[in-house]
Amino acid sequence: YAYDFVLSFVTMQEVTATSRHYVDRLFDPDPQNVLQGVIDMKNAVIGNNRQKANLIVLGAVPRLLYLLQQSSSSLELRTECAVVLGSLAMGTENNIKSLVDCHIIPALLQGLLCSDLIFIEACLRCLRTVFISPVTPVQLLYTDPTVIPHLMSLLSLSQHTQEYITQIFAHCCKTPEHQTVLFNHGAIQNIAPLLISPSYKVRMQALKCFSVLAYENAQVSMTLVNVLVDGEQLSQVFVRMMQRDKPIEMQLTAAKCLTYMCRAGAIRTDDNCIVLKTLPCLVRMCSKERLLEERVEGAETLAYLMEPDIELQRIASVTDHLVSMLADYFKYPSSVSAITDIKRLDHDLKHAHELRQAAFKLYASLGSNDEDIRKKITETENMMDRIVSGLSESSIKVRLAAVRCLHSLSRSVQQLRTSFHDHAVWKPLMKLLQNAPDEVLVMASSTLCNLLLEFSPSKEPILESGVIELLCSLTQSDSPALRVNGIWALMNMAFQADQKVKVEIVQALGTEQLFRLLSDPDTNVLMKTLGLLRNLLSTRPDMSSHGKQIMQAVTLILEGEHSIEVKEQTLCILANIADGNTAKELIMTNDDMLQKIKYYMGHSNVKLQLAATFCISNLIWNEEDGSQERQDKLREMGFVDILHKLTQASDPNLCDRAKKAMQQYLA
Amino acid sequence: MSGPSSGCGFLMSVVVHGDLALSEQEKELNQRLRSLYPAVSDQETPLPRSWSPKDKFSYIGLSQNNLRVHYKGHGKTPKDAASVRATHSIPAACGVYYFEVKIISKGRDGYVKYMGIGLSAQGVNMNRLPGWDKHSYGYHGDDGHSFCSSGTGQPYGPTFTTGDVIGCCVNLINNTCFYTKNGHSLGIAFTDLPPNLYPTVGLQTPGEVVDANFGQHPFVFDIEDYMREWRTKIQAQIDCFPIGEREGEWQAMIQKMVASYLVHHSYCATAEAFAKSTDQAVHEELASIKNRQKIQKLVLSGRMGEAIETTQQLYPSLLERNSDLLFMLKVRQFIEMVNGTDSEVRCLGGRSPKSQDSYPGSPRLFNSPVHKASSSQTYQTSTYYIHKFFFSASIGKKNILQKSGLLHQKKTFLVPKSTCFLAAEVEMEVDHFSNGVSESSSNGFLNGSSTHGIDLEELDSAQSKRQLCGGSQAAIERMIQFGRELQSMSEHLRRERGKNSANKKMLKDAFSLLAYSDPWNSPVGYQLDSIQREPVCSTLNSAILETHNLPKQPPLALAVGQAAQCLSLMARTGSGSCAFASVDDYLH
Repeated sequence: YAYDFVLSFVTMQEVTATSRHYVDRLFDPDPQNVLQGVIDMKNAVIGNNRQKANLIVLGAVPRLLYLLQQSSSSLELRTECAVVLGSLAMGTENNIKSLVDCHIIPALLQGLLCSDLIFIEACLRCLRTVFISPVTPVQLLYTDPTVIPHLMSLLSLSQHTQEYITQIFAHCCKTPEHQTVLFNHGAIQNIAPLLISPSYKVRMQALKCFSVLAYENAQVSMTLVNVLVDGEQLSQVFVRMMQRDKPIEMQLTAAKCLTYMCRAGAIRTDDNCIVLKTLPCLVRMCSKERLLEERVEGAETLAYLMEPDIELQRIASVTDHLVSMLADYFKYPSSVSAITDIKRLDHDLKHAHELRQAAFKLYASLGSNDEDIRKKITETENMMDRIVSGLSESSIKVRLAAVRCLHSLSRSVQQLRTSFHDHAVWKPLMKLLQNAPDEVLVMASSTLCNLLLEFSPSKEPILESGVIELLCSLTQSDSPALRVNGIWALMNMAFQADQKVKVEIVQALGTEQLFRLLSDPDTNVLMKTLGLLRNLLSTRPDMSSHGKQIMQAVTLILEGEHSIEVKEQTLCILANIADGNTAKELIMTNDDMLQKIKYYMGHSNVKLQLAATFCISNLIWNEEDGSQERQDKLREMGFVDILHKLTQASDPNLCDRAKKAMQQYLA
Repeated sequence: MSGPSSGCGFLMSVVVHGDLALSEQEKELNQRLRSLYPAVSDQETPLPRSWSPKDKFSYIGLSQNNLRVHYKGHGKTPKDAASVRATHSIPAACGVYYFEVKIISKGRDGYVKYMGIGLSAQGVNMNRLPGWDKHSYGYHGDDGHSFCSSGTGQPYGPTFTTGDVIGCCVNLINNTCFYTKNGHSLGIAFTDLPPNLYPTVGLQTPGEVVDANFGQHPFVFDIEDYMREWRTKIQAQIDCFPIGEREGEWQAMIQKMVASYLVHHSYCATAEAFAKSTDQAVHEELASIKNRQKIQKLVLSGRMGEAIETTQQLYPSLLERNSDLLFMLKVRQFIEMVNGTDSEVRCLGGRSPKSQDSYPGSPRLFNSPVHKASSSQTYQTSTYYIHKFFFSASIGKKNILQKSGLLHQKKTFLVPKSTCFLAAEVEMEVDHFSNGVSESSSNGFLNGSSTHGIDLEELDSAQSKRQLCGGSQAAIERMIQFGRELQSMSEHLRRERGKNSANKKMLKDAFSLLAYSDPWNSPVGYQLDSIQREPVCSTLNSAILETHNLPKQPPLALAVGQAAQCLSLMARTGSGSCAFASVDDYLH
């Protein structure tokens, strides 16, 4: 490069001089000379990036655009201008930026209104090159609402217009809004016939359009299944495009289309075109024979396809040794490539992260439901080690995918007891939780919830690592998902825990935060908080410290507009309170609360009746101090009559519970 | 289809069709095997079609056309294992071979070990499950393990049981094997497979029953799609085959080949132009090329009489020295007479159908295969001309039909009045025929014998527009006469030079044309196709070139022939890629 630079420095002046000459000729008063100048410029810039950069610096673009837009220019001149601009766009990203800054897009779009096909094609070719560059904001295609319908109308003109326009659509359809705009302007009807075009390029770009249009779009997908192309259903056209003798790019894109249609609910997951065609095609894309990019896309698409369907997961898990095939994704860059081939090493390095995250995603999807598959995955060579190191990789994408994989596997009781413990996965997980973007935190904390389940041997070491603080801070997050996971993990932690742990939790969380969570707008958060309370108050709670507040909270919830589940949980808390010695008084002295219990004993929902009866039964339990007074007071309040009535209840549990309570009076 | 030998040989070929009453299933099987394995020669290397009743252990029972296998041993120990092989080994020319086995029953409960599906070589012990021994490979249902010539298996795929369909695919290009379960590929199970393996199943549990599908039914797995991939791979390999540094020579060589081909087939103008533009010399005088061109034109347009005459004029000693060639030309002349295209019958007023008048296309690179008439078709047949020929050829013995073997074989000969086309003569001739037959049959017609299961079509089907010898009576007479001359020439040749089965068959086939009311639509009608002039033409051309010490075959045809030969050699030596490299694919 250094040598190159010196050389360029020497010749710079010379090049600039000739470049200036080209630009000067654009201003010649004789239109014939201008035309010849543009043609010469065209020949000079082909394949010469430096020349292109020079011309741009010297201001050729505005002049070319001016000539292109002038109605006084000859059609030939205008076409040649579009061709030169297209050539300039083929250069570096900087070139594209300069062109876009000169407002090339509206000028070329304006040019499309001309009636000359050759000129239109030249404009489209240039537009295509500009739009497929990552530096061009796609929104520019949608600023003028007349552009999309006009492009649709140009589709019928020639194979070239078809190729360029579909390529533009395929690259510029990035959001649901874009999908809707294209859909509303008849993209499906206009593009579907192009799938059987004699030109491979047109077929391929049309196919790509459908893949971006159908992605997570039920409206498009539902429409697609009913489209006929030359009398054939679109899904069958896609199936044909997945035949094994078709180019890989075509097979892969067709598989994506069918995957998206399936995930959008337009094709059933047990349809043959999914089970026998799309799934095997995507598995093939993961094979070692494919290019690294294809393997990444294949694995990601497959993961997406089968995520919600256990049957597809089972089939994929036995297809072509997929589980062990994926292990190969972790072997890049391979040791061989490092020595022999620098280019190859560079290529491998570039794709290594992508490969790893794709493999983790696919493992996560494969193992999300079936215990046998999870076992198979964890038994794959070095799998747990790979996840562990994936959790601390620099690439966020890999970390996220690794933790997703871990989360999927953590649904297995078996794995929690064995491989998770053996590999101390909690350690990197805890580290990950210290400092990570929300996306990663959600997955990591959700995994942590599972690791804190009572049968998990990792629970102990996690507790000792000071996780409580961390979880409490999660409950203060703005993200409802993180709040749920934080409180959920605490709930799991408090389940049948030592008094010491419970105290720690209460102290770390603080009553204020607890009450905030009890009034959380997210029902899930509320439920888990009540769950936490229930776990904290089980085993004869000592209510001396926060009794009053808790009673307040319970009253609040019972009075509020909440679901049956929330109220049931609350009554259960009350029953737990009624089980503790000092706590009983809190209820007995609160007539308001007793009236509420009475009300719920007569509620139409059996669950609530049961929970309320449980509560009363705890209050009148014989063997405890002061039971006589409590029994008397409650009799006065009419509870005996209610209990008596409940012994006749149709629900056997309720009836049983009421009878047991009545026995306390008889004894 | 071969009957007892007869005194009048050429009648034999009349009895060609409807040889076997094939069941629908067999037909479907044949069709599927042909389309899956087009490169396989069924004579040389027959495909597996069922399990072999001879190549099995005694605990194995077969039923349902030897497709269903059941176990009849005790199944107590591995010593009770039993296997069966297919009738034939897998031919390499399949390229990719596939069969499926459906588990009808996994057998009685409580038996832990059960079936294995796979491959084994001839001679491997059948008192074992596939995979346990050397040159034996299996996938076992009880544990899903694969057994590669070893008593201990490797984890391979899922287990399988009643209702599952297990497929086994052998790739003869890279010598690997993979299995499928219910249409899903399970991945490579074995590599480095030896050649000549047989499909094999082994059972070990009382009550176990499996059904094989060697192509009798559509497969659950899409094997065609897999084959498409390999065909594409092989063809890409051929397309990308490096020619190396000899690239310049390569082009010169191709140009030479094309030029010699043009000269060989006497396209003088084209040859001249081509030679000029590629800077080549032509190794034959232009006049000589033009002579050959003239003769070839005559042959290809069916004017055999003139062709023979011209040959005799231009190359006086050629046909004298080569009597077999002359005989072949004459037989062709006879056929062209029947066709109505030969000059001798044309000048007798016979109107020849236009399509036959001139040769439609250019000669092919090499002889296209003769399209044999499907044997299951039904033809309206008439012995009218045979009769006429017999009797006027003064062989006129009354028992001629029995002698000819016609009646021995109880074949169908129908002479319905409505189908006879020479109305004036028909009555008489049919009567004549009836007389001939009446000795063995009470009425004049012999209906199709049920043993051959031939359905008789309605007889009023569309008449052909083409007429014998162009429809002229005089031409027919001339043709008949010519036939007699040919017969005596044949006898003469035999006396002089001994028996020649090729000549005999040629004559027999040609005469058989007369056995049908519509020779064009008869089983021997292919002879009338103008394509059949090509081999005659090229033989004659080669003979002329040989007298000039020029190669009798153009190098291009030689190369094509060599390529085809290479492919069949590959098939014999076990190179599966020959399946996907048909020479025809490269001759457009």
